[in-house]
Amino acid sequence: MAKMNYKKRWADLEKRIVVSPEGEEFEVDPMQDYFCDAKPRVHPPNKIAPLEKFANWCRAESIYILGFGTGCGAIEMRPLSSAMYDAYRFGVNWRATPRQATVFVIGGYASVKTMKRIVRSYEQMQGPKFVLGLCSCTINGGMYWDSYNTVNRLDHYIPVDVYITGCMPRPEALLDAIDQLKKRIKSGRAEGQNKYAENFEWYKANQKKIIKNWDMPDYSW
Amino acid sequence: MEQIIENIKKQFTLSDVTTAHGTYITCEKKDTVSLLTYLKDVEGFKHLVLITAVDWIEDNKFQLTYLLNSPKLKTELGVRTFIERSVWPEESEMQSAHHLWPAAKTYQRELHEMFGIDFPGSPEINDPLILEWWDDIPPYRRDFDTKKYSEETYYPREGRSTNDPSDYMKDQLYPREGEKNA
Amino acid sequence: MLDYGVNNRELFPETKSDGTVDIDLSSGKFVKVWQGPQHPGITGNMSLELTILGDEVMESKTHVGYLHRGFEKLMERRRFINNFPLVCRICVPEPDFNEYCYAAALEELAGIEIPENAQWIRTLILEMARLQSYMMWMGGQAGSLGMGMIGQWVYWARDRVLQLFEELSGARIYHIYIIPGGVRENLPEGFKGRMEQMLQDVENVLKDVDRVLFHNAVFKKRTIGLGYIDPDWVDEYGITGPNARAAGFNRDIRKNYPYAKYGELDFEPIVKKDSDVFTRARLRFEDARLSIDLIRQILAKTPDKGEFKAKMPSMLHWKIPPGETYVKAECTRGEYGYYVVTDGSGYPRRINVRGPSYTHAVTLAEKLMVNVNLADVAGTLVSIHTYPPEIER
Repeated sequence: MAKMNYKKRWADLEKRIVVSPEGEEFEVDPMQDYFCDAKPRVHPPNKIAPLEKFANWCRAESIYILGFGTGCGAIEMRPLSSAMYDAYRFGVNWRATPRQATVFVIGGYASVKTMKRIVRSYEQMQGPKFVLGLCSCTINGGMYWDSYNTVNRLDHYIPVDVYITGCMPRPEALLDAIDQLKKRIKSGRAEGQNKYAENFEWYKANQKKIIKNWDMPDYSW
Repeated sequence: MEQIIENIKKQFTLSDVTTAHGTYITCEKKDTVSLLTYLKDVEGFKHLVLITAVDWIEDNKFQLTYLLNSPKLKTELGVRTFIERSVWPEESEMQSAHHLWPAAKTYQRELHEMFGIDFPGSPEINDPLILEWWDDIPPYRRDFDTKKYSEETYYPREGRSTNDPSDYMKDQLYPREGEKNA
Repeated sequence: MLDYGVNNRELFPETKSDGTVDIDLSSGKFVKVWQGPQHPGITGNMSLELTILGDEVMESKTHVGYLHRGFEKLMERRRFINNFPLVCRICVPEPDFNEYCYAAALEELAGIEIPENAQWIRTLILEMARLQSYMMWMGGQAGSLGMGMIGQWVYWARDRVLQLFEELSGARIYHIYIIPGGVRENLPEGFKGRMEQMLQDVENVLKDVDRVLFHNAVFKKRTIGLGYIDPDWVDEYGITGPNARAAGFNRDIRKNYPYAKYGELDFEPIVKKDSDVFTRARLRFEDARLSIDLIRQILAKTPDKGEFKAKMPSMLHWKIPPGETYVKAECTRGEYGYYVVTDGSGYPRRINVRGPSYTHAVTLAEKLMVNVNLADVAGTLVSIHTYPPEIER
């Protein structure tokens, strides 16, 4: 078999004894100590309809995009934020970490190695969260439909709210998609996060089928 | 260029010299690294452009190509060598050239991962460069079927049809008699 | 309670007699930080595994492969012409160099002569691609050192270039204007006038960038002396393009190995000596200006009418005789090359893409990041101008 030493890289996730600068010794088990293994749960809409409507309006008008360019679609994100297309006027903003973001734009093809990072980043985002699938590659594999390293259907791994077709879609298409997403959120139909919680086992099984080095908890809180 | 090849021939046995599209010479496997050393130190081919492999599955051989560039002579020289193509999971073997160019390390890591050609002694050779936990035939080998693998693994979406372009165009341009009437 | 001050030597690892330090993570004195794979600046989807002591990087390891699509495998199962939509997608900001190299390699192997007019238009397209890519890089370099405003300006200017690309080919990013046998179409009517307008717009922006970026005390203070590339490394590490030119080597494929119509243009490659981040930035900035100059020269020499495509065999039955060749072009990052092997069938036997980032981002970046402060890592990485999709393809 292959002599590739895959194990070596992940040695720092094994149990070990760490000495602090003060000289104190304590045992660390990264898989237990750093992570929580609770499952996500479904968030039903607020029972008071006007409040829910107001909350949805707030969510729709402050779209914070995670600045993680997962594929070639990311190249149109920068022009989108600059003077000629200026997405900021629609309440769109770019954030550096998943903790501050509400919208994840998957920029095109997702290779298996990136898929693992996509899953983690998606799960780390605070709810309510939405996913835009940019480019044809997220829909059916696009150009790379027969490639051994890119996923064909993104919605088997994380829930997608709005798809954008094209290779490469123009920035205007992305603006239109953001508009569509806003409409969906305002009408309370953007339920990707709840869908993920409801079909959690199915999504996990699909993810674990392709991500072979599963060295993280089932849900990254 | 002819002068250089004459010089090489004095010391090494070359089985093939092609000059159709750039100069490519073929040498024996055991001579390769010493030939590369000679070319780098004596003839001034200082810049390693690329190392790559070609899978000649019919002849059961891997062709390794070292492409060198001489900034002084402004020319390129390809050094080819043929090594035995092992059946996976056995790995083929080749001497490493990382001591000549540190940049060769990356090329050799990629070849090890993508073709299953081992370069003993090369730094980090067993660290995966591109793929994560790959457990199939190395993907760039000819006997690895990427379409089959993709269909088995990644849930293809229905509705995509594939046509052989030449047949499809023939049908479009010259429809067969029965279809034309219908 | 322990004293965490700088003077407490217990917190630092022992320095050996030759000045090196043993990296022992379990001692608790080192911290591992991952930069990426979320975009660090504009360098794309790759990650650096940094081991830091204080805020100084002791060891760096590059991880790539997040964008691997297996191009070289996919191309083996497609016909020569079917590969054309694929090749431009290998490198997103500069698809035209891929198109040119692939087309030129096929033409060389099949023995096809390209009409004069098509050669000029190809040269024009390549220079436009270079200009817009430098714009993008400028935004990244300034942004990685905290100057976001420059990014807003140059992205506007880049969009002006892309508008012209759109007029030519109908697409902003993936143009596929260069095809085997020539180009897709002659230049449209009035194109040269609009081009001149665009060049003036870009020049105005570049003037502002010159004033605000290169005469900025903060930028100068942070970048002069940072990320020094030793001229001795150039050959060993396979450094090409602007990175080599900033180290004093006159390595410009446009001048030394003229392809397309570069042999008939009048220009001198820009060569500088200091080889730090500032010099590389300045060199790229001047290269963008040179590019504008070249576009003007090309426009003056491009004929308005004429054949733009050679007579080609039927694309569906196109077979290329066995052979192997290597075709290269100077892209904004260095030497871009295609090594194509054919075996006489309608499919390529093997295509190897040699992207300049292949050596820059892995071996060179690992060496360059050592002893750089954590805050400067992004700026140093952008200054060698890597782009990951061409590393893993």
